[in-house]
Amino acid sequence: MGADQYHEPPDELPAETRTFARLRASLTEAAEAIGWYEQRLAVESDREALAIMRDAQGEEFKHFCMDLEFLLRRTPLWREIARGILFQEGDIVEHGEEAEEQAVEGAAARGAPLSGSASLGIGSLRGAVQ
Amino acid sequence: MSHLLREHAPITEESWGRIDEEARERLTPALAARKLVDFSGPLGWQHSATNLGRVATVKAPFTGISAEQRRVLPLVEARANFAVTRAELADSDRGAEDIDFADLDRAAHDLAVAENAAVFHGWKAAGIVGIAEAAPHKPIALGNDCERYPRHVAMAIEQLLAAGIDGPYGLALGPKAHELVLESSEHGGVLLLDHLRKILAGPLVWAPGVEGAVVVSLRGGDFLFESGEDISVGYLAHDADAVQLYLEESFSFRVATPEAAFALTP
Repeated sequence: MGADQYHEPPDELPAETRTFARLRASLTEAAEAIGWYEQRLAVESDREALAIMRDAQGEEFKHFCMDLEFLLRRTPLWREIARGILFQEGDIVEHGEEAEEQAVEGAAARGAPLSGSASLGIGSLRGAVQ
Repeated sequence: MSHLLREHAPITEESWGRIDEEARERLTPALAARKLVDFSGPLGWQHSATNLGRVATVKAPFTGISAEQRRVLPLVEARANFAVTRAELADSDRGAEDIDFADLDRAAHDLAVAENAAVFHGWKAAGIVGIAEAAPHKPIALGNDCERYPRHVAMAIEQLLAAGIDGPYGLALGPKAHELVLESSEHGGVLLLDHLRKILAGPLVWAPGVEGAVVVSLRGGDFLFESGEDISVGYLAHDADAVQLYLEESFSFRVATPEAAFALTP
């Protein structure tokens, strides 16, 4: 993979952004592997080979989820939007629109840091206590 | 590269993550002012002053010219230095879970105390007038009998209402008063903490750096905290034994409605 995972010159990017790029690349690779195994499983008839590939695909599910969780932890706004969409019953698009609107407005109200800021991202704590 | 110079520190990305997380965990409970006042920004390190929307007349040594100069409130840069030993950082990279961040914890507390004290009691040299010193209401003495606190807080809210200041209200409690409240329960088993919250219809906040307590309206628009750079960890220097770092932020604070707060002295 190397430097082609970067859209901007790597030496101009902060360390946090480079780490983010690596995990984003890892997420993509895991997603691609899940898709490949899905196709192989669809055409394979050998039971033993199927079992091995199901096991391998399970590994990729795990990798994808760990990569995603890392990226969400480092990107509070993304995490908040994901919280409104993932594991919800009902209309996915509707949940997406609502989650985006609420998360973006909430972040602006809290004074959340812009993407790429090196601050701790504490911002406003209004509503943090009852 | 930002002015924080983090890339120059002999600290791995994982250890930077731990330092940032430790700082965040220590700061968040202690940053009382941010739980009660309006926060705007962060507007960036290069943001230098808050617009006050006012002018002062200045002499113009030119024929036919009158002049006024804008008044602004410069942001103050507050910094708390701390050190982490390189041996601890190496252990962190090995996966140790009990890293000694005592000096970082001390710096985080110092910075939170400074921010709270500036907001509630002012910082004259930085041009900041605090909420308690701006409040025009005659203060009530809190005292050591915490069973009387609900009465004091109710009286404070009565005076705020009489001044036309609507709720909900929040209470910043200095550490001593907060400890007394936590330790006590009123007759009938009702927690004093819950009683105070019901009176306020808002939060009660542990506020290191606050002397006594301050009741503030949470209706918004009365107390304005402007963040330039929000709290960040930067790199100062290192030698063979330790890395010198710092916590830093830039901010201004102003009281737009002095009547919207009531001070309870110790």
